[in-house]
Amino acid sequence: MQRILALAALFSVACGGGSEGGGGSSGGDAAAAAPLGTGSIAGVVNFLGTPPANVAIDMSEEVECAAKYTDGPVDPVVVVTDGKLANVFIRVTSGVPAGPYPMPSENAKIDQNGCLYTPRVIGIMVGQDLEITNSDPLLHNIKSTPTENRPFNISQPRVMSTTRSFRTPEVMVPFQCDVHGWMKAYVGVVEHPYFAVSVNDGSFTISGLPDGTYTIEAWHETLGTRTAEVTVSGGAAASAEFSFGS
Amino acid sequence: MSDCDYRLQNAERRTQNCRTAPYQVRAVGGLLLAVGLLFLPAFPSSRLLAQDLENGTVLYEKWCAGCHGLTGTGDGEAANWMIPRPRDFTMALYQIRTTASGELPTDDDLRKVIDEGMPGTTMPGWRDKFNSSERDDLIAYIKSFSRFFDGADPEPISIGGAPRVTADGLAEGRTLFEEEVQCMRCHGPQGRGDGTSASELTDDMGVPVRAADLSEPWNFNGGGSTEDIFMRIRTGLDGTPMPSNSDVIDAGIVTEDQLWRVAQYVASLSTDGPSRRRDVIRAAFVETGLPNGPEDPMWDALEDSYVPMVGQITIAPRWFVNGVDGLYVKAMHDGERLALHVAWNDPSASPDPEWQPFFDGVVASIAAPDEPHVETQGPDRLTIQFPVTPPEGMELPFFLAGDARNPVYQIRWQSDPDQIEEGTATGLGTFAPGTGSDVTHTAVFADGRWTVQFTRSLAASDPSIAASFTPGESTPMAFYAADGTNAEDDVRGAVSAWYAIYLDVPLPPQVFIAPVLATLLTAGLGIVVVMLAQRQST
Repeated sequence: MQRILALAALFSVACGGGSEGGGGSSGGDAAAAAPLGTGSIAGVVNFLGTPPANVAIDMSEEVECAAKYTDGPVDPVVVVTDGKLANVFIRVTSGVPAGPYPMPSENAKIDQNGCLYTPRVIGIMVGQDLEITNSDPLLHNIKSTPTENRPFNISQPRVMSTTRSFRTPEVMVPFQCDVHGWMKAYVGVVEHPYFAVSVNDGSFTISGLPDGTYTIEAWHETLGTRTAEVTVSGGAAASAEFSFGS
Repeated sequence: MSDCDYRLQNAERRTQNCRTAPYQVRAVGGLLLAVGLLFLPAFPSSRLLAQDLENGTVLYEKWCAGCHGLTGTGDGEAANWMIPRPRDFTMALYQIRTTASGELPTDDDLRKVIDEGMPGTTMPGWRDKFNSSERDDLIAYIKSFSRFFDGADPEPISIGGAPRVTADGLAEGRTLFEEEVQCMRCHGPQGRGDGTSASELTDDMGVPVRAADLSEPWNFNGGGSTEDIFMRIRTGLDGTPMPSNSDVIDAGIVTEDQLWRVAQYVASLSTDGPSRRRDVIRAAFVETGLPNGPEDPMWDALEDSYVPMVGQITIAPRWFVNGVDGLYVKAMHDGERLALHVAWNDPSASPDPEWQPFFDGVVASIAAPDEPHVETQGPDRLTIQFPVTPPEGMELPFFLAGDARNPVYQIRWQSDPDQIEEGTATGLGTFAPGTGSDVTHTAVFADGRWTVQFTRSLAASDPSIAASFTPGESTPMAFYAADGTNAEDDVRGAVSAWYAIYLDVPLPPQVFIAPVLATLLTAGLGIVVVMLAQRQST
């Protein structure tokens, strides 16, 4: 649980495309129940070949957002740094240890800053509170369009925060701003805690796993999905690697 | 609790929104229900449900499936030519609710929309078609399209009463509209749907959607009363970009009273439209010169007439999703020259590169019924037409640009380049240019509204092409309008029926003097008669 919270905290820095490497995890001090196992899957997501160029965003009508960028803002759809792919959502799809699962003691967080969602891709548990914050002093609306869950469309015209949660597993729930049509985020709602999102150096860690053989699935918003089989033994870290490519 | 009353009083005024039945009805209903429930084990509950659903299925398949589809997914045959598309019931996503955003509607919410329809869309009101038990059978069937309704009991949000409307309150509402709540970002400074974020809006099905034109409440989904507007602001319109503002209250940024002020301000933007539809539009007589242009204050003294416009769906290529749905027309003359003032709301001055996503979305969202779509954004257009020769008897030229026996004279304006041309037509798509008068024009676009003044001599310079106007006589008049951003052109657009323009004659002085003289004479005679009678009796 601590690893997941730490990773979630790491994801809430800067906008997509920033060069802050965030590999590994710092020890969180969450008071969650002890994870079910001591093993983990630590892996990396590669991008093979030349990544497609991300489209520039015309923020000229939103001066306060445009001012937050030294170079022009781009739409962070495919975020590749030195051949590593960020914003890939990885979760265990089979072999999942039986529940009940401890709920993280902290809310998940997603922010709107510089007219972009941060993080762009986030995983939360069924029933976990997601704190949606507007750090821009201007109008955003957060419209979620799930199919298995009930949707919502919330106005946030000022710096403010709202909390929502989802009752049913769904991968992925799209978030969308209508005031700024380029703003998108993806929320993976999972019934168990065995998920992670790759950071800028492509790395991810799913912890709390007991020994066993697991199938994990990696999802990217445009590049599709990949699966892999990983065996965790001796309560240690097993490694996994995914490759997406053009 | 107030009484439920869904009666539609006239085009733009609806009675109060209602959330629950009156207390007495609920009490009696509760008693009956309790009694009924005592006997319920004697009847298998599935039999009641099957009865409702069977009738509901029959009604749905006859009246609803043509648009909403047999499987309720909003893909009936007719849906191919609709923007917005009919609701997909399998998603259980409903615009008009008294419940929070994302929640299911209450049964009363569904009854309201079935009764009243969704004005400004292709969903009609069915109040006169279904009685209440048929309507409830339909609702039961519609709910069965989505498992979200299983066992659900949606609760309306609780709201406080509205503060009294005051001038200060309206001013505060305006500030909130523009700054704190920022409705203006999509709805625009005058509320006509021309905000800076308006051009890329789509609904959840990816179909372009316009931010509502707040000056035309007869087109509001869910009704145009202040209470209706407030409920839309509080709960949002699910499935569209319109969000709920309830969280803004929870976050302490505005109070509920302040959202009422926004609703009251929005209500104050309402104009009259359909109530000012007149078969004959009068050109007022003025003695001292005609207005200089469409923004000349002389025009403010005149009330305009409303001309409803509908899509041209008679002759190929047909167009079902017209952007312009009404014109506001007024006129003046001075005995020698006529000035016509035509205004209509359009969020874009076409062609407009900012609105290209809207154009692309229209073309992608509906099937072209007859031919390929228009390929690029064209200009906005307005055509005014008159019969070339005054009709004898009752027969008018065919309203769609005339016919071979009865040609029409047309003044055609377009926005880019900003120009007019005159000519004749003997049917759609048969325009023959020619100069028939000295007509000039001035067009202005501001805040989502076109205003055009046409000025010309009453007498035509070439009567074989152009109509002439005579004070004291009426001339048939009809209109065509197109919104280039809506993938329209000179034949795909909106048309009106035949109206008429009548040039007022100045009232002769006798009109005022004669009644006064007659009154004095009658009164005087009466006094004389009474005096004579009194003298005789003494």
